Amino acid sequence: MSVARDPQTEARAAAATRLLRIALPVAVLVAVVVVWHFVVKLNDIPPYLLPGPGVVLRTLIADWPVLGASLVTTLWTTLQGFLAAAAGGIALAILFNQSRYLEYSLLPYAIILQVTPVIAIAPLLLIYLPQDTAVIACAFIVAFFPVLANTTLGLNSVDRNLAGLFQLYGASRAQTLLRLKLPAALPYMLGGLRIAGGLSLIGAVVAEIAAGSAGAGSGLAYRIAESSYRLNIPRMFAALLLLSLAGIVIYGLLALVSHLALRRWHESALGKDT
Amino acid sequence: MVDIAAQTAIDPAPPGGAVAVRLRGVTKCYRQGVRALGPLDLDVAAGEFVALLGPSGCGKSTALRLIAGLAKPSSGTVELNAHPAARRGEHAIGFVFQEPTLMPWASVRGNVALPLRLAKAPRAEIAARVDDALTRVGLRDAAEALPRELSGGMKMRVSLARALVTDPDILLMDEPFAALDEITRFRLNNDLLTLWRELRKTVIFVTHSVFESVYLSQRVIVMTPKPGRIAAEFHVASDEPRDEAFRTSVGYAAQCREVSAALARASSTEAA
Ligand SMILES: Nc1ncnc2c1ncn2[C@@H]1O[C@H](COP(=O)(O)OP(=O)(O)O)[C@@H](O)[C@H]1O
Ligand SMILES: [Mg+2]
Repeated sequence: MSVARDPQTEARAAAATRLLRIALPVAVLVAVVVVWHFVVKLNDIPPYLLPGPGVVLRTLIADWPVLGASLVTTLWTTLQGFLAAAAGGIALAILFNQSRYLEYSLLPYAIILQVTPVIAIAPLLLIYLPQDTAVIACAFIVAFFPVLANTTLGLNSVDRNLAGLFQLYGASRAQTLLRLKLPAALPYMLGGLRIAGGLSLIGAVVAEIAAGSAGAGSGLAYRIAESSYRLNIPRMFAALLLLSLAGIVIYGLLALVSHLALRRWHESALGKDT
Repeated sequence: MVDIAAQTAIDPAPPGGAVAVRLRGVTKCYRQGVRALGPLDLDVAAGEFVALLGPSGCGKSTALRLIAGLAKPSSGTVELNAHPAARRGEHAIGFVFQEPTLMPWASVRGNVALPLRLAKAPRAEIAARVDDALTRVGLRDAAEALPRELSGGMKMRVSLARALVTDPDILLMDEPFAALDEITRFRLNNDLLTLWRELRKTVIFVTHSVFESVYLSQRVIVMTPKPGRIAAEFHVASDEPRDEAFRTSVGYAAQCREVSAALARASSTEAA
């Protein structure tokens, strides 16, 4: 590749790379589904052990009234947990940044909350809180820490000379926060939010499973627990498929928001050759 | 042509006019009590262009930060226009760092407007003064560009415009052109001299380039290695206004040689 190439060849190579990055995962998916189909068919595996892809798809369509409603429930919980985590994480990071003593007092507990497995906290939350609140609380607990940690890092990574400049011109605390620290922290904050999106879905699912069939919930994870209890394996797979899709869509949306917010100025969102 | 090369500790009262910056016995120690600077005695007259020349690590940046009030001296006093420097805000200071130090998310206009926005100046006034500052540094047409769209030299011009926008009495410049290529640096040197002639601000210009210090300033202050003290001072004699002809003149070469020798002496006595 030491020979200089003309821009047209260069562009064609880039387009080919882009195509491959989409085509290859799709090919893997198709291969897996085909193998899955034939493994089930050739071995005559009954649907209550391993349903084939066709059965899962048919179940998804047939049970859509139930599963669709559950999807909405889980997404709504996830969204609420995510918003709580985003608001809580960012607010805490700002407070910690403004007051060292507050940070010293509270940060250890934020860490403890983070390192304690949420699956162990969920049953307790379900006892003390109404079920919908408990589920949102779980999503919050799992998701807020990356927002807090990343935003804190961002607020502290302001250029020393820029900070000096603000000091030189007599900027108030509020001005420094709004005009310097928050914009500088934005890329980090968005990185934290991207992680938090997926985690709040996990939190919601964990809480629904913990609530189990005893719960009054009707989310997708509850459907999985319920189907497992009734040995309705095709429906388990269909619900799982929906959960995965939801996770992918959440991640994609947050990545898009991040890209749109940063594309004008931040390295991470700029093309490789600009 | 060359005036004096005295080992004076204190410059005699600056010729004519008020003292803009006065340092007396200023030292700065960082952690573990290691002295990074001083003791330093220095007077800079209003409207004077002084170059601080010294090897890297000798405390030049530290000295500028002390003058700007961004750090406190460990001992000694810093006065601006005969007032303690601690009362910042009353003395407008412009600061140009070695890096452009721009906010990457803000346009050129937004960056230059920053000092005025922080001071909550009226919108119309901000617009007028920003336009004026951008015109002065030749960036009128790049007002809406983002920093990443500019060359190194243009970024430095933005930084200079931002320092000028508050119309400060004192301009502190910390090796502002050190990272630029020579062609760009020479052009910015000339533009800076033009600005200084028009605006007559007090300029303290830090550099580690002998050639730049002699080309730009009226007075070169040679510093010793860490902890930086004043080793020698030179008044640069030249016909004004200076231009590229000065850069190639015999007198310029002679003064550069003299300053170089003083810098070498300051470093070797230190090592001995
Ligand atoms: N914030 C700091 N903490 C500790 N030491 C510092 C700090 N800033 C500068 N120094 C030390 O002080 C000395 C002078 O630094 P500086 O003023 O940046 O030198 P110069 O600008 O002349 O290169 C250096 O030896 C440097 O290591
Ligand atoms: Mg320096």
